[in-house]
Amino acid sequence: MARDDNHRANVDSDPRSPIDVRVDTPGREGLAGTTSASLYTPLQDSEQVTLAPDGRPLDQQPPWRTDFPIDWPQDHYVERREFMKFMVLTSLALAVGQFSIAVQNWWRRRRGQPEIRRVAALNDLAVGGVATFSYPGEHDDCVIMRPGENELIAYSQKCTHLSCAVRPLMDEGVIHCPCHEGYFDLRSGRPIAGPPRRPLSIVRLQVRGGDVYATGIQERTI
Amino acid sequence: MSLRRSYSRQQRTTIVNGMLAFVLMLVVLQLWLLTATMNAYLGGDESVIWPATAASVAILLLNGGLLRYLYVVDRTRR
Repeated sequence: MARDDNHRANVDSDPRSPIDVRVDTPGREGLAGTTSASLYTPLQDSEQVTLAPDGRPLDQQPPWRTDFPIDWPQDHYVERREFMKFMVLTSLALAVGQFSIAVQNWWRRRRGQPEIRRVAALNDLAVGGVATFSYPGEHDDCVIMRPGENELIAYSQKCTHLSCAVRPLMDEGVIHCPCHEGYFDLRSGRPIAGPPRRPLSIVRLQVRGGDVYATGIQERTI
Repeated sequence: MSLRRSYSRQQRTTIVNGMLAFVLMLVVLQLWLLTATMNAYLGGDESVIWPATAASVAILLLNGGLLRYLYVVDRTRR
């Protein structure tokens, strides 16, 4: 009590402190216990407090963390939020890609089957022989084989892995892709080894007289 | 008085984590759809293309809805 009296005496005599120190003056009711103490806590946004990842106070952190303070909880929130935005953008890109496949398919159907074209003379193909031709476009290379007297097989020469040119190995009964060591069965065109997963596209053939005609392309998934 | 709930930062982080997990699963599903459809297209199988496209667009809309909710959550700060 004596200490309070001393303090009041000092304040009253100090010309620099013209504040009424009585606790019941207007605006100072809290000191008299009439208002909750939280009213006098600093107006600070609790979400803007910088917190270190280990949760220790800032004065116990290494100096570099004081020099470059990062609000980690806020940082975690923001990075997840931004990552989610990026993922939704990725989702948009995937949907656009999906739609482009549908459009390309529509375009392919609209073109229809390629026209029938003569590709070789039967007499030019010996039994066990191989020849190449372009069908249906100028740059769509194909390979025709004659493994037996009455047997003609033609495939697109594009490997179904990465479109390298495949080459038939008639003696071994396989079609080989030299780029990544892919192998296809000669008679069915199905992949038997290496990275290719889809069979080679079949070129449908028709023999008319002494000539061989290509009548269409058959793509397959299995 | 607003009926919209306000969330603390910790709550918002939890919500974003949950949404992010959901979005990631959906994007992986979309990626699988794209590769399967591309394989079918190159193999000449046309039956799956439009259904897969519809599914992909539906997933995109779902993701867009979640993103919209993220913005709503972001606005309701305490």
